[in-house]
Amino acid sequence: MAKKTLICIVCPRGCHLEVDENFNVTGNFCKRGIAYAKEELTTPTRTLTSTVIIRGGVIPRLSVKTSAPIPKEKIFEVMEEIRLVKLEAPINVGDIIIKNVANTNVDIVATQTINKQ
Amino acid sequence: MKDKYDVIVIGGGAAGCEAALAAKNAGVKNVLIIEKEKRLGGILNQCVHNGFGLTHFGEELTGPEYAERVAENVVKAGIDVLLEAEVIEITEGYEVKFASYNEGIKTVSTTALILATGSYERNAGAILLPGERPPGILTAGQAQLLMNVEGYAVGKRVFILGSGDIGLIMARRMTLEGAKVLGVAEIMPYSNGLNRNIVQCLQDFDIPLYLSHTVSNVYGRKHLEGITISRVDEKFNIIEGTEIYFEVDTLLLAVGLIPLTSLLDKLGVKFSKSRSAVVDERLETEKPGLFMCGNSLHIHDLADEASKEGELAGLMAANYVLNKNKKAEQKVKLLQVSPSNGVNYVIPNFVNYPSEVDEITFRLRVSKPMLRSKICFYVDDKLIKTKFYPFLIPSEMTTITLKKEELIDGKSLTLTAEEING
Repeated sequence: MAKKTLICIVCPRGCHLEVDENFNVTGNFCKRGIAYAKEELTTPTRTLTSTVIIRGGVIPRLSVKTSAPIPKEKIFEVMEEIRLVKLEAPINVGDIIIKNVANTNVDIVATQTINKQ
Repeated sequence: MKDKYDVIVIGGGAAGCEAALAAKNAGVKNVLIIEKEKRLGGILNQCVHNGFGLTHFGEELTGPEYAERVAENVVKAGIDVLLEAEVIEITEGYEVKFASYNEGIKTVSTTALILATGSYERNAGAILLPGERPPGILTAGQAQLLMNVEGYAVGKRVFILGSGDIGLIMARRMTLEGAKVLGVAEIMPYSNGLNRNIVQCLQDFDIPLYLSHTVSNVYGRKHLEGITISRVDEKFNIIEGTEIYFEVDTLLLAVGLIPLTSLLDKLGVKFSKSRSAVVDERLETEKPGLFMCGNSLHIHDLADEASKEGELAGLMAANYVLNKNKKAEQKVKLLQVSPSNGVNYVIPNFVNYPSEVDEITFRLRVSKPMLRSKICFYVDDKLIKTKFYPFLIPSEMTTITLKKEELIDGKSLTLTAEEING
């Protein structure tokens, strides 16, 4: 593995980090940058938010999110499943919309309440 | 609904709801929120991404979750809420005239008024965007509403001008919904968004960021067909010969927000550099009983900050209402607050000496990125406070509190931001 460069996102300073093959980190202002670089290069995760179709509600889209961060490389696979969902109102905030989405052990949950029109 | 209220809040977003809650909790009986949309929450409702609530609720929420919690609190507190009603005029005597979907045009009066009307987006005209004006040019917030609330796809091949957080968030959002985002251009040599968003919204999806670039032409008559971007010099003039052409059907403009203050027009209050009414540390304007908070006062990075400001406005409006008749003659001096040397703007614009609040909150933005810096407070020529920072950036609002006792008598309070040499 060659040297990799990353922007640290732990705080707004945004250090430009360089990481070599032995996970030696340079360019970090504080030690939190080292931990960030290791995680970001080995198991990066993200919380995904999106919307799904909902019928019979006051608005036609329901906002949703992953109940926990998912592996970064699964983002588009999860989006594919989200795209297939069509719901009927009412839905409450926190309702599970998809269980174990794309085999991530994470659910897709509603982030708003949509009442029947 | 009543004919007369103690406090009326105009705008039911993050700041307005919190202002109403604070006023109610402080003991004000009759509080009304007037909101033009069908639900409370304001722009939070269309911000389906996460990152909200870390300071206000102590956990990370999406915009709609934040909005719903706030709206629930408002209902529980017994605050009157008028939805689908737009305020069209405020008179000197605080008669609030509104146009309501259900009630027609009506007037309601109040003792204190809090303006929390949010902001509007700069558009193609505001930035003198060159070239044609075909359909396909939208502000980022418009695209966000169309996509996240109304369910439209908006575009397939997209370019984004402006690297503020809204632009970055929309670059990711459109990519996730199947659009190809060809790039984001930023006229400044640095991004105006949080680094966290550069990573999570652009780098994650290999979307290039063109710093020191702007849109130099727009093509298409019936619909947008393409744009060119060009490099700019340090005076933001376009450098000839640096054009790059992109074939796109959508251009999103994320080029800044401006406080929405049209309701103040007839009241004749003085404006400050943040393009809104001048306020003291209690967020009161020059007109007694008229308070400002949230993006209609100055542009915030975080809803949490707008909520916090709303809370103060609500509390101060409550003090105004509850003490109105028993106010003794107080000898209070006003110090003018001025941004100087490296500070772009600061809220408040005046402070009372002595102050009614124990801790005076200053919210400011620096004019350029700075490493190893200090922010200094001077009363006339005397330094009264210094605070050190490892770094300061214009895209991050800086908040500093000054204890009431730290303030001394004088004419003016000047804030500077200076880099520490060596």
